[in-house]
Amino acid sequence: MWDTLLNSNTQWVLLSTTILGVAAGIIGCLAYWKRQNLMSDALSHAALPGVVIAFLLIGEKNLFFLVIGAAISAFVGALLIQWITTTSRISEDSAMGMILAVFYGLGIMLLTIANRIPGGDQSGLDSFIYGQAAAMVTSDVLTMLTLALLVILVVFFGFKEWKLFLFDRQFAKGIGLSINGMNTLYTVILVTTIVIGIQAVGVILMAAMLIMPAVSARYWTRSFLTMILLSASFGGVSGAVGTWISAMGSGLPTGPFIVVTAAGMFVVSLILGKEKGLLVTYIQFRMHRKKAKTRVRVRTGGVT
Amino acid sequence: MSEPVIQVDHLSAFYQKNTVLYDVTFDVAPGSLTGIIGPNGAGKSTLIKTMLHLHPILTGNVSFFGQPFHKVKKRIGYVPQRGSVDWDFPTDALDVVTMGLYGKIGWLKRPSKTHRAQAMSALEKMGMKDYANRQISQLSGGQQQRVFLARALVQEADIYFMDEPLAGVDAGTERAIMEILKELKSAGKTVMVVHHDLQTVEHYFDHVLLLNRTVLHYGKTEETFTKENIADAYGGNMRWMGGEQKDVGHSIKQ
Amino acid sequence: MTYTAWIILTAALVGMACGLVGVFLVLRKTAMMADAISHTVLLGIVVAYLVTREVSGPAMLVGGIAAGLLTAFFVQWLHSLNVQHDASMGVVFTTLFAIGVILIATSVGNVHLDVQHALMGDITFIPFQTVTLPIVGDIPEATVILLLVFLVVLFFIVAFYKEWKITTFDPALAASLGIPVLFMHYFLMGLVSVTTVASFDAVGAIMVVAMLITPAASAYLWTDKLAVMLVLSGLFGVVAAIAGYVIAFWIDTSISGSMAFATGILFMLSFLFSPKHGLIMKYIRPSKIAHST
Repeated sequence: MWDTLLNSNTQWVLLSTTILGVAAGIIGCLAYWKRQNLMSDALSHAALPGVVIAFLLIGEKNLFFLVIGAAISAFVGALLIQWITTTSRISEDSAMGMILAVFYGLGIMLLTIANRIPGGDQSGLDSFIYGQAAAMVTSDVLTMLTLALLVILVVFFGFKEWKLFLFDRQFAKGIGLSINGMNTLYTVILVTTIVIGIQAVGVILMAAMLIMPAVSARYWTRSFLTMILLSASFGGVSGAVGTWISAMGSGLPTGPFIVVTAAGMFVVSLILGKEKGLLVTYIQFRMHRKKAKTRVRVRTGGVT
Repeated sequence: MSEPVIQVDHLSAFYQKNTVLYDVTFDVAPGSLTGIIGPNGAGKSTLIKTMLHLHPILTGNVSFFGQPFHKVKKRIGYVPQRGSVDWDFPTDALDVVTMGLYGKIGWLKRPSKTHRAQAMSALEKMGMKDYANRQISQLSGGQQQRVFLARALVQEADIYFMDEPLAGVDAGTERAIMEILKELKSAGKTVMVVHHDLQTVEHYFDHVLLLNRTVLHYGKTEETFTKENIADAYGGNMRWMGGEQKDVGHSIKQ
Repeated sequence: MTYTAWIILTAALVGMACGLVGVFLVLRKTAMMADAISHTVLLGIVVAYLVTREVSGPAMLVGGIAAGLLTAFFVQWLHSLNVQHDASMGVVFTTLFAIGVILIATSVGNVHLDVQHALMGDITFIPFQTVTLPIVGDIPEATVILLLVFLVVLFFIVAFYKEWKITTFDPALAASLGIPVLFMHYFLMGLVSVTTVASFDAVGAIMVVAMLITPAASAYLWTDKLAVMLVLSGLFGVVAAIAGYVIAFWIDTSISGSMAFATGILFMLSFLFSPKHGLIMKYIRPSKIAHST
């Protein structure tokens, strides 16, 4: 077991999934307060055609170009979702569902074509799409690390602005913050996080990396900064633990173990969290009931 | 005074962490038209929803005609807030009114011609006959509210609960709705209306229920709707402009 | 019947069944439940396989429906605990899906259950696995199952038409009239699960999502009548299935991917050109609706 951990490739992978978890935890908080939790799911699926097109153009599996292709395609998906919801009676959830499925369908069409091309490095492409962290090589890890750090920095340097943007849009507008600019920046960092995460956990489970740490952190704090820090640590820990578990067996997928670890932390937070956790809520409910009953006694006692 | 038709006994309800209603107790006489008045967040909508079991009861009891809610469901009509539904739903005005009859039609049966005729006459009563086949998103706010009222009328209930039926409607609709409410009252029906406009309370309702998380005052309008009682309900956040006329000018935070 | 005819018939059945159920998902603004259920159904199928140790239609149907309902139940439960609705979906379906993938990776090995295959589906093999029925003769098994599912869906949509309508439009009124709103919700989720599992083998999870949401959303742009929307949605499903097959045949690629893509083209056409709610019509007479109110 320790042998695998000491293996230098495993260490690199572990480092990258941890940083990825941290980045996803942070961006997840922004998505949580924008109430766009499932957007990440739609966009990670929408990235597929871009990945395959980039592969068809370059002719080899180069992470950097695949990421750019994925990002463009996901970004187009995001724009389409916005366009459809603002100009028609279609609601956001339907628009997301459609973009998700249609883009994915297009991706599968292209993938089938890519698979037919002689010499196409098909297995590499598949592991990219369905998430196989162990298949990453050092250059992939470096690309991931750079982009993840960039995303984290963007959030921390604009922390005040993000806070205003998420909680008091009107006021933010009033003091001259460009809402359109912030929206675009938000979409850019969301898309970046999603596409660098795809290789580690796969298109389907990427959404979990963004949603679960943020929702779990919500149970422990009311402060936005604390929530971001907690969410980042939850994300980082699930990335590390999930990778470690999957490294212990051979051929175990990384993504699902990361997600199950994150889910475990969510369940613990749901039950024990000090803000609206189940246990606390139950105790409060009992106290309310008691108080309501005492009030009744006092009032009826006073009247009669 | 005859037997009360609604009895609310030490009712309380909570929402998330907070108790929104506590120890709500009152009896409503048949044939009365009551305005439920109180500041934002006083629990007006929650009171109605809790009485109709659409919101969980924490403690206490509610009975209608001396019986629990589920036994007399069909005799109670409810008009939700207009904003609570999606008006883009693919249907027309007549169809929405017919929905009021679904409880009576029963499972596996289609609305018959008689049901449609009933719905049509309710629309006519609300002055909406010409709009029967119009898609509901193409109705104005006032027209949508009239459709909701018509839907309540076809239920032919004995007790009606209405959540802000006069919010955001034009003057014509407001008059039409009030006329119907008074008609219902003279037909011996009991009506409780959540209302937000203090200026019109005296003209519209014969009973007033001043609510702020519990019943502060309840009774005949002329006795209950006094300056002191209103200030009581609004927590002194209301400054009265002028002495005699009860005109709400501005609410000034003290 | 020819090989091609069976494929088109099967896909058309998927299109019709999904189109009908999808209308209510779109109108209830729970379209993403289609995505959630289509993924968790995988867990149900894996567990059914682990229990029975064979790849059998009925067992998988039961497993898939159970997983779908479990998903709906968990999402509803988390939502009732004040977790944002879309966040509850995201938490529940990714977790159940991850468990499914782990089970496949650890215990099932590389037998019939292949995640990729399940997600993409493979309609090309449908005509090879047949059952013999009296009178009609040999029929592909998946087609028979889909035909049954379509009839079941059609029956329940027609039978409870007014209940679906009222619980979708105004759940508060429905509840006050004594119509079981929550039961109808789970009933719908059950229908979504049945449709998904039955379509799974033929077209895969993602294609089911496309078929559930896109034809219904397209139909929503063409009409203001619920009954017409249901018919149109089913029709669009069939059209997309056929168009998808033609595209796939033409450029020689994945059939289910092309069908999903075809639903998207159909939506874009509706989005731009629908006389009622299309973008171009809105541009030509932007204020007609505003004037009439």
